[in-house]
Amino acid sequence: MIVPDTVDQIFVLSKHWLLGYVPTALQPIVSAILSVAPVLVVFPLLFAITTVLERKGLGRIQNRYGPNRVGPYGFSQPIADGIKSLTKEDIVPRSADQVVHLLAPLLLVMAAFLAYAVLPIGRNMVLTNLNAGVLFFFAVGSMVELAVFMAGWSSRSKYSLLGAMRAVAQMISYEVPLVLASIVVIMASGSLSTVAIVNLQASYTSIWPHWFIFTPWGFTGFVLFMIAATAESNRSPFDLPEGESEIIAGYYIEYSGFKFALFFLGEYLGMFATSGLAITLFLGGWAAPFSFLTWIPSYIWFFAKLLALICVFIWIRGTLPRLRMDQLMGLAWKFMLPMTLLNIFTAGVWHFMPSGFTRWLVCTSLLIVPCLLLSRGLKQRKKLQIRTYRFAE
Amino acid sequence: MTLFFLIAAALTIVGTAAAMSLRNPIHCILSLTLGLVGLAVLYLQLGAQFVGFTQVLVYVGAVAILAVFAIMMTRSAGSPQQPAFSRSWLSGSAVAVVVFAVLAWAISSALPSTKIVPPQPAVSVNQIGDALMHKFALPLEIIGLLLTAALIGAVIVAMPERRETP
Repeated sequence: MIVPDTVDQIFVLSKHWLLGYVPTALQPIVSAILSVAPVLVVFPLLFAITTVLERKGLGRIQNRYGPNRVGPYGFSQPIADGIKSLTKEDIVPRSADQVVHLLAPLLLVMAAFLAYAVLPIGRNMVLTNLNAGVLFFFAVGSMVELAVFMAGWSSRSKYSLLGAMRAVAQMISYEVPLVLASIVVIMASGSLSTVAIVNLQASYTSIWPHWFIFTPWGFTGFVLFMIAATAESNRSPFDLPEGESEIIAGYYIEYSGFKFALFFLGEYLGMFATSGLAITLFLGGWAAPFSFLTWIPSYIWFFAKLLALICVFIWIRGTLPRLRMDQLMGLAWKFMLPMTLLNIFTAGVWHFMPSGFTRWLVCTSLLIVPCLLLSRGLKQRKKLQIRTYRFAE
Repeated sequence: MTLFFLIAAALTIVGTAAAMSLRNPIHCILSLTLGLVGLAVLYLQLGAQFVGFTQVLVYVGAVAILAVFAIMMTRSAGSPQQPAFSRSWLSGSAVAVVVFAVLAWAISSALPSTKIVPPQPAVSVNQIGDALMHKFALPLEIIGLLLTAALIGAVIVAMPERRETP
């Protein structure tokens, strides 16, 4: 197993090898730069790939081709897009608040990048193993709301202000289920450190892994977390803040050129980071899905899982229609919040019951029965019927 | 007095000073947020990770947003028309200087002549959680009950009043 270990740790080993050539006084800062630089390169590259994948995937779903002009199969499209946004004129409205208008995209991207500091993207590959890593992630994520507000307010446009109000209200509402859904994992692992959480899941019984998603509360937590994460990153079907038919483009309507690209980048980086946290918390982080697959390097597993989640995001975006504002808030407060609280209770029951079939039965029914009752109860008030559409002939 | 401390201190002081002197209320809140982030960095530098991150989560994520929303909902966010200094700025600053002098005198006279360096406590998140769940379980429950009551009260206040149908 010596060769696979070297391959698995190749980035860590090469960093140590490079550090050997640096004088001791400079080692801390060079080490930090060597750790941060790959993150600053890899994730924007992933963003570029994702834009193509998303446009092509959406095109397939909507029965059209998508970008297919630049490069082979249109896969050089992000390069063309990047050059376009770099060379475009940067227009700032005359009435805009110049300083805040400039700072908003920078703060957004900075907050999005900071979140990667605690994500373990491979064995021994984490920027900082913080004692309170998960807390750090959410603290940094809350800075995004301020950036969104700054963008919407400083533009001095009614559309962007409305978009910012919608975005901030939505992000605050869905932050509650997001945090509550991840609490079950913290309860089960007894740690806020992302590294400790992944290490706990990286063991196997025969060939099956110990991921938290393979428990009733873990599965429920994962589904709730992903719904909340979709809303947090303002993606369809929760993309009201940028609803084109109502408020044109939301809070970044007055941004052009590279600042607009920065908003786009920040949004996708936020999506990757929350997906990365979902992988860390529920899907075993860099751990292989079966014990006989551990020879594949850990970072490949992390990025494979990340790409799989991105594809799910794209699929959902192409499939579901946009929610209305009251439906959005109703889902967060009437369905997600009770379910997350119930999930925390179930995780407690699971912890104190002896392992076996009874535990599975009790915990699963504890989750499924209230879920069904809750959705029935919420449905009863509304008069749902098949809509008929009339078109102009 | 490391470089990091100086940066964090400068961040805090500049942020809070700007919060007091800027004209636009939104700018004031944004610079106050900068000051609060500086405080969080100070906490982190002292090794209090939990307090530092909670500071960011609560003050940047919640309090700043709440203040911003409150200003936006209640008034137009343009610059105010009255002058920057109120007419009683002289007496006000005199009072402030006197208060500062009294406090500084009291603190400096209360300081012991020999410097006592307490051992630095290493508080981890686990210890905070243990303390909250065992020693301070009852206060925690009471605070939780109080906050839940406040939440329900807020919902009731915000609910649309039902008109009685004649």
